[in-house]
Amino acid sequence: MAIFVDKDTRVIVQGITGSAGSFHATQMLEYGTRLVGGVTPGKGGQRFNDQVPIFDTVGDARKNTGCNASVIYVPAPFAADAICEAVDAGVELVICITEGIPVLDMVKVVRFMEGRKSRLVGPNCPGVITPGQCKIGIMPGHIHKTGRIGVVSRSGTLTYEAVGQLSSIGVGQSTCVGIGGDPVAGTNFIDVLEAFNKDPDTDGVIMIGEIGGNAEENAAAYIKREMKKPMAGFIAGATAPPGKRMGHAGAIISGGKGTAGEKVEALKSAGVKMAPSPAELASTLMKAMGK
Amino acid sequence: MKIHEYQAKEILKRFGVAVPAGRIAVNAEQAYEIAKSLRSDKSGVVVVKAQIHAGGRGKGGGVKVVKTAEDARERAGEIIGMHLKTPQTGPEGQLVRKVLIEEGVAIEKELYCGLILDREKQRVTVMLSSEGGMDIEQVAHDTPEKIIKFSIDPALGLMPYQVRNACFAIGLKPEVHNKAVKFMTALYQAFVATDASIVEVNPMILTKDGNLLALDCKMNFDDNALFRHQDVADLVDVHEEDPKEIEAKKFDLSYIALDGNIGCLVNGAGLAMATMDIIKYAGGEPANFLDVGGGATAEKVTAAFKIILADPKVEAVLVNIFGGIMKCDIIAHGVITAAKEVGLKVPVVARLEGTNVELGRKMLAESGLGLIPASDMADAAQKVVQAAGGERARRAGK
Repeated sequence: MAIFVDKDTRVIVQGITGSAGSFHATQMLEYGTRLVGGVTPGKGGQRFNDQVPIFDTVGDARKNTGCNASVIYVPAPFAADAICEAVDAGVELVICITEGIPVLDMVKVVRFMEGRKSRLVGPNCPGVITPGQCKIGIMPGHIHKTGRIGVVSRSGTLTYEAVGQLSSIGVGQSTCVGIGGDPVAGTNFIDVLEAFNKDPDTDGVIMIGEIGGNAEENAAAYIKREMKKPMAGFIAGATAPPGKRMGHAGAIISGGKGTAGEKVEALKSAGVKMAPSPAELASTLMKAMGK
Repeated sequence: MKIHEYQAKEILKRFGVAVPAGRIAVNAEQAYEIAKSLRSDKSGVVVVKAQIHAGGRGKGGGVKVVKTAEDARERAGEIIGMHLKTPQTGPEGQLVRKVLIEEGVAIEKELYCGLILDREKQRVTVMLSSEGGMDIEQVAHDTPEKIIKFSIDPALGLMPYQVRNACFAIGLKPEVHNKAVKFMTALYQAFVATDASIVEVNPMILTKDGNLLALDCKMNFDDNALFRHQDVADLVDVHEEDPKEIEAKKFDLSYIALDGNIGCLVNGAGLAMATMDIIKYAGGEPANFLDVGGGATAEKVTAAFKIILADPKVEAVLVNIFGGIMKCDIIAHGVITAAKEVGLKVPVVARLEGTNVELGRKMLAESGLGLIPASDMADAAQKVVQAAGGERARRAGK
């Protein structure tokens, strides 16, 4: 079953003729994702790789393909507009890979989405993959294995690290969700944890957070209250100096808030087994699951 | 991105925020001339304020109140050229190159007003407090009830009723409320129009004659939005930035200098932070944070490597790549090119994983550069800490 995406998910790519969009569209096709269309304004009627139809607007793509997911590779200055277009067209799942979107653009996007039914994942994220069924985003497909562990993370490459460790000991994944490193994002830890909690095909979860904000603390409160499945966790940035932005716009500790120490404590007290180092993500989960 | 107080005041003034009259001086003589021209002020004093990016300038002796233009000249002469130490600068202090000379103002009450993004509410949030002129984080800690917070609907903008409610809550007399609405509306307009990440007026003062004025202020900006604000980007003061960080920006690398001895070259911000963490866990100290990004070219990796090796504190380098979009052979190519160009003076441990990993590892092994391969993150961290120790012993033995 998995969460958010599966073999029946019908995906379009916004920005399919750009360099990132076309490269990853090809990768997704190779992985077996049901890529039903692409959108590039002004290139409607053409085909991508001689097979995938291109449309001028998301509305056209939705009408003609029945797509229920869109992945966005549009450059940062135009990405907020692209998200709103997909949401306005009623696409159920919108995944924005684009990095570097101005925060105030995202503030408007989130306001626009209030009361609408779409889910946004990202921006500045690797995407969502249900191994063996559907890969939407930029993650290397070959490191994944089908299985029953959920992974949720604010960081792209750390997600790969967790997946690589799991696969290397023969443990597969149900779904891996990168929620992105930006301060204003569409989907938070709790949204994903709720879905994993309900998913009969997920037995345990690895959650990877980082310094800044209080998303991890909020997630800890949820986990304490509701989570029925064993979890392992890690918080990146314990060694980060305060006030400095560590690559991700969200990863900044200000005013003594959002430190790795506070987050680790909150998750521990919620029953999450915390990995002492990022090399022990999978082994910590195995311990949490009593294996 | 950060700017100086005087630059922030110029921006706020453009949006209709009242600020004290004043101008910037780069030497004592200019300070004297400006102070003389400000003689019309009512309180009879002039303020000399050091312009550096760090806060807490007053505590470090960087802000002086003087009575005459001659005194302004003398104080400016002392402050310009000093290494001003504040709680935010680090022990070596920051060299002062400019002072802001401002007219003194007769203060009735000091208040605080700040605009910042509330990540949880996902909106710009206003903080207003009767406790101005103090460290707001201290106020938040000691007397949180004295800070009134409300967030702004981006579709509506700041509404007058929100300001009025907050003014009542902090006990500001009703005659001033309309002025507060005007003042804070202008602040919010400046915030949105420049894509600021923080606008903080501390203190915002109520003058004896009943007006609101930004006595001190701070503005930071969203780096992601600088592409549409060339005028803001032009305000950068290169003297306030680490030269290595400026060099990194040219190549679109995310680099932050730290105090340790182990250089890090990593793809992805989260993995880069985790790499710093595991180095520490293994008993070492990271010399930097460096994210080469998702789609780095060999040229970018070469630049990254050069920046890391330019730091004399670096005794060993850890390359940690989990290739997704970033292919391992590209990284290997960059590492080899850089090593040949700048000469490998320190040990380098390389851990590659992901797309084209076999090719990348083979290229490094056959490069003849003596790179130390590592199988995973833990192995890499141990090896690099060990290598740094060896390098330190070698340097000490010289």
